[in-house]
Amino acid sequence: MTGTALASPSVACAVDKEAPVLRERGQREVFCGLTGIIWLHRKIQDAFFLVVGSRTCAHLIQSAAGVMIFAEPRFATAIMGEKDLAGLTDANEELDRAVEKLLARRPDIKLLFLVGSCPSEVIKLDLSRAAERLSATHAPDVRVLNYSGSGIETTFTQGEDACLAAMVPTFPAEPADSEKSLMVVGTLPDVVEDQFRRLFDELGIESMQFLPPRHSTEPPTVGKNTRFLLAQPFLAETARALEERGAERIAAPFPFGAEGTTSWLRAAANEWQVSRERFAAVTETKRRRAELSLERYRDRLNGQRIFFFPDSQLEIPMARFLSRELGMELIEVGTPYLHRHHLADELSMLPETVVLSEGQDVERQLDRCRSAKPDLVVCGLGLANPLETEGLATKWSIELLFTPTHGYEQAGDLAELFARPLRRREKLRV
Amino acid sequence: MELTLWTYEGPPHVGAMRIATAMKDVHYVLHAPQGDTYADLLFTMIERLPDRPPVTYTTFEARDLGGDTAEIFKNAVAEAYDRFQPRAILVGASCTAELIQDDPGGLGRALGLPIPVVPLELPAYQRKENWGTAETFYQIVRAFAGANAPEAGTERPPRPADKRASCNILGATALGFRHRDDVREISGLLRRMGVEINVTAPLGARPADIARLGEADFNVVLYPETAGLAATWLERTFRQPSTKTVPIGVGATREFIDEVLELAGLDSARLPDDELTRLPWFSRSVDSTYLTGKRVFVFGDATHVAAAARVAQHELGFSVVGLGTYTREYAREVRAVAEELGLEALITDDYLEVEATIKELQPELVLGTQMERHIAKRLGISCAVISAPVHVQDFPARYSPQMGFEGANVLFDDWVHPLMMGLEEHLLGMFREDFEFNDHSVPSHLANAGSVQSAPDLEQQMVTSPAAGETAISGVWSLEAEEELRKIPFFVRGKARRNTEKFAAMNHVDVITVETLYDAKAHFGR
Ligand code: SF4
Repeated sequence: MTGTALASPSVACAVDKEAPVLRERGQREVFCGLTGIIWLHRKIQDAFFLVVGSRTCAHLIQSAAGVMIFAEPRFATAIMGEKDLAGLTDANEELDRAVEKLLARRPDIKLLFLVGSCPSEVIKLDLSRAAERLSATHAPDVRVLNYSGSGIETTFTQGEDACLAAMVPTFPAEPADSEKSLMVVGTLPDVVEDQFRRLFDELGIESMQFLPPRHSTEPPTVGKNTRFLLAQPFLAETARALEERGAERIAAPFPFGAEGTTSWLRAAANEWQVSRERFAAVTETKRRRAELSLERYRDRLNGQRIFFFPDSQLEIPMARFLSRELGMELIEVGTPYLHRHHLADELSMLPETVVLSEGQDVERQLDRCRSAKPDLVVCGLGLANPLETEGLATKWSIELLFTPTHGYEQAGDLAELFARPLRRREKLRV
Repeated sequence: MELTLWTYEGPPHVGAMRIATAMKDVHYVLHAPQGDTYADLLFTMIERLPDRPPVTYTTFEARDLGGDTAEIFKNAVAEAYDRFQPRAILVGASCTAELIQDDPGGLGRALGLPIPVVPLELPAYQRKENWGTAETFYQIVRAFAGANAPEAGTERPPRPADKRASCNILGATALGFRHRDDVREISGLLRRMGVEINVTAPLGARPADIARLGEADFNVVLYPETAGLAATWLERTFRQPSTKTVPIGVGATREFIDEVLELAGLDSARLPDDELTRLPWFSRSVDSTYLTGKRVFVFGDATHVAAAARVAQHELGFSVVGLGTYTREYAREVRAVAEELGLEALITDDYLEVEATIKELQPELVLGTQMERHIAKRLGISCAVISAPVHVQDFPARYSPQMGFEGANVLFDDWVHPLMMGLEEHLLGMFREDFEFNDHSVPSHLANAGSVQSAPDLEQQMVTSPAAGETAISGVWSLEAEEELRKIPFFVRGKARRNTEKFAAMNHVDVITVETLYDAKAHFGR
């Protein structure tokens, strides 16, 4: 779409020693960062997300959430109207009023995020100043932070990254003489957090914390002695913010599948100089159990060809897991952004023949996908049914964020997500 | 700035998408950031359409803003034309692109494509989805039918005696509430009446079909919200009259038939009888006695609310205790219906206000949208969905129109089904203490117990929830009175509690006793 100059995708393999990447710019078929609110608002139980945007933004969150949620959601949209666009001072007053109304309704809220959108950014509504102002007004009961989930700045999971990064500067500093502590970064289901906590505990890493916290009133501490492990591959800004506060990232692949989880745990164990024996004693049975749970799916998935459309940035770790532990054949692995640094371990584990693509021109990618005739396509909600109509089996990538998938005990569930569409097609006789 | 939890309508460009997706050979190029592509899932997931909507998004990014977003737009139009070969291209901007003022209309036309480029100006900060739907359809009709318009002031030549009367069916779109089935039902009815259907639009129409709209003798407007604007223009331009009655319910369908006979100049002898409707008899059959005076709250788009209120009141014998709409454009029509029923219409798109009203009124049945379904679910009130906004369940596999005689049958089933059956309701009332008649009991014919499970929490919510916007009511409940209250079936208990408290407040009763409860019952009736 960006003209003939960019019409032919460039393959940068000759110069790059690293895996070649197909870079495209055209229509992207990916949600914006506002989408992260759908899981974040359930994770941080005393936080509220107020999107400052348009009716489109409100409609996106509502539609992406699919079904409306039974409990009253802890998110809302302050929909800007013509008057707000005309004068920024009005917009600020209006925003104060909206926040006032909201906090009166929800006295249980301790942390309020003002979430920027495309319209608020284009009119240059300064939400960080608004957040400061509102924080001062509502202190000490409520802290007000801001981040951008706009579609001109963020895709899908980057919204979580921006949210977590906004929280980092507010965390208390750990005492200078404190012991080395571990922080696991990225939203995890509570049950997975508990599993990881037990594992690290057994490894002897007792001082550990999670980001995001379940309650904003119990934030993790951060400082020079903090070592952090990323649980999700899309947290570039959060990592940068943590590093700014002196924390150090432990490089590792991501904890998906038996192998990924083991490597991830081992990276932390090495940092704490946990002995080989102890590491084996803690992880061995669980790893074997995970492998056993994968066994059931290997027959079904082995040799099946898979194509990833860019969506959640989870594509590369998923591709690694599916190719190495389940024998799937990777046709194209698309990702909205390729963060080489955080994904270095993952990339080194991918087969050499893999085609990586970054960015998107959805029409061209659909052409490639159709001609490759993969056995399974991983894609967003807008594309899934149309591809099914064309005879391709699909898996919605958004489910990878709404289902517990990390760690040993979920390895089988993760494989199931990919196997089920295939099994279903076999089963149906209509 | 308007604080919103859930919205009844999307932005106006989603309305334009509903038209583009309903039609054939049309493509819509939307200047919009990537997140706006979420709208595709409305059609592919909620409506389960097999194809992607015919929409190209430019998905410009922040880094493009300083540069040439106009160029991105032009390329997108050119590529969409090459790839999809449509017969017409619609161009427009979503909320964000409206702010950067690239003039999609001008850019689109400047490309000199060999097909018409229809610019859509849909002010995203003033208007909403339904307005966008109506405006888009109107622009398309003007663009394609306009070319064949007779000179202004020309009288319509009389229909030749050997030519059958014909009409257009206007208003059905993608993502509409049962639009596809309504079109089928009404098309069948019109054909049985001997009326030919010239064009159905926008659903299923090509630009070439739109160009032929003027050939019909009159227009059947199924959904004034989407087709009203276009129909008015057609009336003015082609002297094509249109139907005013929306045929939802038995009475309205009969009126509609009369209207069509008149417009088509047909003999009433050819009127099809009501062979297909069971509603009148079902409503008169003795088992329906228990429906008498059931308190109903109606909310949704204007067309469906106005129709549903009348059907509920007059054809099912319910008692409509409140009604309203989020369609401000048609508030007048809904107010008129409310007045007929001695009520005041609630005109709002604030979900919280609707919720508060439902809590206040304590109806036994809510006829609403998916939003009201959630409110009702939380409050343990039965509910049937009558209007958009839609949900995947509103696209049932079976044929399920709302309009015409078969539509009336569907209304009877869909609205009566969620209620307790008559005798069952009596038994529940008589033997409250039966250990199996707990508050989790749902109508036995509804296997899924989930829907009423929250009922026990209901009273709690009703009294304490700050969301209801209600003032605390005086009167402390005595233990005995509380116990007596619990013997009342849960689906009327909220109402009983509220009435008793109101009664206590009115009479300055400090402690509510069993006596107060029955005094209140006598005072208010059921
Ligand atoms: S892409 Fe921008 S305008 Fe669209 S929903 Fe996301 S934040 Fe709102």
